[in-house]
Amino acid sequence: MKPILLWSDGLVFLLVIALVLFFYKLREDPQTRTRWAQVFSSKLGMVAFTVIMTYVGIALLDSLHFRRALDAPEGMQTNEVFYDNKVTSVFDVLTGGMGERFERTYSAPFALISFEKKNTVDEQGNSVRDFPPLKYAGLDLADPGDKWSDILSKSMAPLGWGLLLSGLLIGVQWLFLRRGLFPWHASWVTQAIVICTAVWLVSISKHYHVLGTDKGGADVLFQSLKGIRTGVLLGTLATLVMLPIAVTLGVTAGYFKGWVDDVVQYLYTTLSSIPGILLIAASVLLFQVYIDLNPDFFSIGMEKADARFVALCFILGVTSWSTLCRLIRAETLKISQLGYVQAAHAFGVSHTRILSRHILPNLVHIILITFVLDFSALVLAEAVLSYIGVGIDPSMGSWGNMINGARAELSREPAIWWTLSGAFFFMFVIVLAANLFSDLVRDAFDPRTRLGGDDA
Amino acid sequence: MFAYIVRRLLYAIPILIGVNLLTFTLFFVVNSPDDMAVSQLGAKYVTPEAIQNWKVKNGYDKPLFLNSEEGGVGTITDTIFFTKSVKLFAFDFGRSESGRDITSDISVRMWPSLAVALPTFLVGIWVNICVALMVVMFHATRLDRWTVFVFVGLMSISYLFYIIGGQYMVAKTWRLVPISGFDAQGQVWKFLILPVLVGVIAGIGAGARWYRTLFLEEANQDYVRTARAKGCSEITILFRHILPNALIPILTGVVVLIPTLFMGSLLIESFFGIPGLGSYMLDAIRSQDFAIVRSMVFIGSILYITGLILTDISYTWADPRVRLN
Repeated sequence: MKPILLWSDGLVFLLVIALVLFFYKLREDPQTRTRWAQVFSSKLGMVAFTVIMTYVGIALLDSLHFRRALDAPEGMQTNEVFYDNKVTSVFDVLTGGMGERFERTYSAPFALISFEKKNTVDEQGNSVRDFPPLKYAGLDLADPGDKWSDILSKSMAPLGWGLLLSGLLIGVQWLFLRRGLFPWHASWVTQAIVICTAVWLVSISKHYHVLGTDKGGADVLFQSLKGIRTGVLLGTLATLVMLPIAVTLGVTAGYFKGWVDDVVQYLYTTLSSIPGILLIAASVLLFQVYIDLNPDFFSIGMEKADARFVALCFILGVTSWSTLCRLIRAETLKISQLGYVQAAHAFGVSHTRILSRHILPNLVHIILITFVLDFSALVLAEAVLSYIGVGIDPSMGSWGNMINGARAELSREPAIWWTLSGAFFFMFVIVLAANLFSDLVRDAFDPRTRLGGDDA
Repeated sequence: MFAYIVRRLLYAIPILIGVNLLTFTLFFVVNSPDDMAVSQLGAKYVTPEAIQNWKVKNGYDKPLFLNSEEGGVGTITDTIFFTKSVKLFAFDFGRSESGRDITSDISVRMWPSLAVALPTFLVGIWVNICVALMVVMFHATRLDRWTVFVFVGLMSISYLFYIIGGQYMVAKTWRLVPISGFDAQGQVWKFLILPVLVGVIAGIGAGARWYRTLFLEEANQDYVRTARAKGCSEITILFRHILPNALIPILTGVVVLIPTLFMGSLLIESFFGIPGLGSYMLDAIRSQDFAIVRSMVFIGSILYITGLILTDISYTWADPRVRLN
């Protein structure tokens, strides 16, 4: 086994460390604490946060990559270890090989037979055209009629284990948090549901394809789960690239004014006047040309797909900073007119100190709101970009690629609905949770809504 | 007013030059004509002669900025920058990689785009404002909270889902309208209903929620309390007091979109097979036809800047206090 650190893995772990440090530093500020307390004092906020954390957790587990060591080829006496060309992640292992049970082609959820007929030769030597049975579904069934009772009986044990596991985890939290002010029980209920579903899915998918299989015979549930990493990483990394550009330019423009301000305003007006989708498409295409012309640059296929993914994050970040930059510039203009900044000037405090002590801390709420709001927009945008053909590399699982591959299949008879449903469902859950959470964050942090009083 | 518009138009020139330079850098400096030739011809088995032929055929065999071989004016005009980028200002878009005239393609394809985008835009605004006003009437009740929750839910659904779901239900299962296609004569409406419907429904979540916020901001103002105190009915307050005052922020968000309606919608047009500019762009992106992408970027920025100027003009109409000078 040889661990592999892809570019995107490195970046996402960096991001996690940065966020933890950021919140650790903010912890001392009493004002910020009351605002976060407001976010978490609602049950909805707790549930949304738990769902987001589940997705982030899966994404992080799926970012721990390694290459399996292959058994030494027979007849060769070397000490050299060969590694599998396929990159595996810790998450793949945790799902119990859900992604390794390939069928021949489409099959419906919980089906026992394939979706398409195939020519086979039966025992008497006659050629028969029928639906072939699946390789990995209902293997220990004597009679296909027992399918649902078999599923039911196989669900009992995992559900029990799931309840036990969630009982243990929640029990520990209960010991420490029961006296807290926050509605932890809402989070605990969500955690219990998530854990039970996860245990059930992992165990039942050893016997059935819960969401069927796609055209290449891959398990749809597994693919939808793999899409989580792509969605979460894109949503966070693109914003991470965009933030420094927007903040630096916006603050310098608003603080120093004069020609710097003119230049920055010119830059963002120019950028925002270009149709975003075309700019993104053009940049991605140009990067693709670069990859095609330098194929030796990447040693394994996954690295190539990952390079394209990181490039997409950069392109999305570099093309989308104008809105935040405009907001930050306006806010900085406003703050630098305030009395305490003027006083600092009068005392001869240096620019860097004024910026870091008096201006930047007062911009944190804008940055925070943008970060949460952009997340859901980016997850949705990924699907559209993949449809256009400038999104994630097709070899890397993503909801956009799943939708793109299956959109024509609804017109078949009977319709193949499960691939689309899987992708749309997993996308919907995270976007909904992020949207609800961002609403709460905005209500708590935006001074305008705080002064406005009663509106939600 | 007139002087203001002239000044705004003059401001637009440096921005368009910036757009032009940016696209030029992207398409010719970052990605040289040689790279383009290789990717168009296929990465393997290209000879230097094949690349040279492709460049001559598409007019990329010139120097980037300065042509020292040509004398006089030719030094500047006989370059890639002049023939490919400066000429955009004269709306001379040249030919696409497949040899078609881009200018005439655009002038034909803009009308189907508008036929879909304009009804979607107008009906969308009308529906969103109506829904938002209704919600504001029930402000701070349980109904209000649940509708906002539903709005957020609608917002969280992918646009692709609305299109695919709409086609599946309305066109395939119920067979009410054709799944896709476009017919310039006769029964255009048959092909337009579904795209417009999908576009409007997909926009309700975000749209109505936005209008609700705008209306609520006005509803907390003092003049609303005064109106209520003097005994105005809630309907009068909504339509005579809140709606006109919320017009300014509404116009800011809406008027800028009007010129860009010509560009059409990438997704709607490609799913419903409408031969507009949206599907034109998508085809160009998919076949890596950079000449078309370049032209569309330029047109898009012109339309956006026009939208900004229109927004300013619309303020004078909506708010008598605003004077442009």
